[in-house]
Amino acid sequence: MGNLLEGKVAVVTGSARGIGREIAELFAKEGADVVVNDVRSGSADQWIGESEFKDRLHPFYFDISDSSEVRKNIMDIKKQLGHIDILVNNAAVEFNELIGMISSENMEKMFRVNVFGTIEMIQAVSRVMGRNENGGSIINISSMVGLRGNPGQMVYSATKGAVIALTKTAAKELAPKKIRVNSIAPGLTKTEMMDQADIEKLQGRINNISMGRIAMPADIAGGCLLLACDYAAYISGQVLPVDGCTIM
Amino acid sequence: MNNEKYESVFTSVFNVDKEVLNENFTFKAVDEWDSFLHLTLISELEDAFDVLFESEDILNFGGYENGKKILEKYGVDFGE
Repeated sequence: MGNLLEGKVAVVTGSARGIGREIAELFAKEGADVVVNDVRSGSADQWIGESEFKDRLHPFYFDISDSSEVRKNIMDIKKQLGHIDILVNNAAVEFNELIGMISSENMEKMFRVNVFGTIEMIQAVSRVMGRNENGGSIINISSMVGLRGNPGQMVYSATKGAVIALTKTAAKELAPKKIRVNSIAPGLTKTEMMDQADIEKLQGRINNISMGRIAMPADIAGGCLLLACDYAAYISGQVLPVDGCTIM
Repeated sequence: MNNEKYESVFTSVFNVDKEVLNENFTFKAVDEWDSFLHLTLISELEDAFDVLFESEDILNFGGYENGKKILEKYGVDFGE
């Protein structure tokens, strides 16, 4: 257990499972009080209850794409925990559809959560974070497909490309308030959803990873910790690939 | 107390005496009230009253008296 985030309050969206959960647990392990957010009420209760750091993990269930819910919950978090120093915009939805088979419903849902939800959170949290003497750190989880594209992921990659673009603008606009804004771009990452995938089909993609393996959620969490802590005080507006040196 | 707090934010942000704060103190009438001071005012009011304004309320916060009505929507009582 370290103390890189001691005294800090972090909000991690979409942290009931997968990468978000790993980030929340690592931040708590490093001393932060962590707001565990997810849209599904009660979805993180079990693992929080079993965690060694449960006293530092605070579930707040709300929809990040609903501006009224966001504002209400951000104020409740501030009242309960005093301040917000770190925001990780991790919540996202992903539907992989080839061109010609893309549904409007899925397209709208991906943009609503991945882009509009991220913007709602930045709008609300930056106003609370801006009141801190030392500002804070916002980390937006994008994706390598947002930088490079991938067949079957036109809409998803577009949302992640938007996340990269908004990261750069937010970094410039929020710098005077000492708020840093960066993005982590994960490569192929093992999550619960991938357990159902055909490993043989994935092997072709794994062969393109110089480090010879796909990322684990802990790898992504490590990148987030790097950008969240004060050692990154002069890093803003950057996109950090965490992809094991992938050759796409 | 809320009236004094509200008044104090305005006198501090605009660097004016409290005597000039009335229904005529508006975005249109006060030359110094530019977009930068507007956001500073909003930020100071949010801090003072522990609220987060909706975007529409930030855009419509166009005057000293009108601002009180907007804050009342967030539970701030000026009828003391």
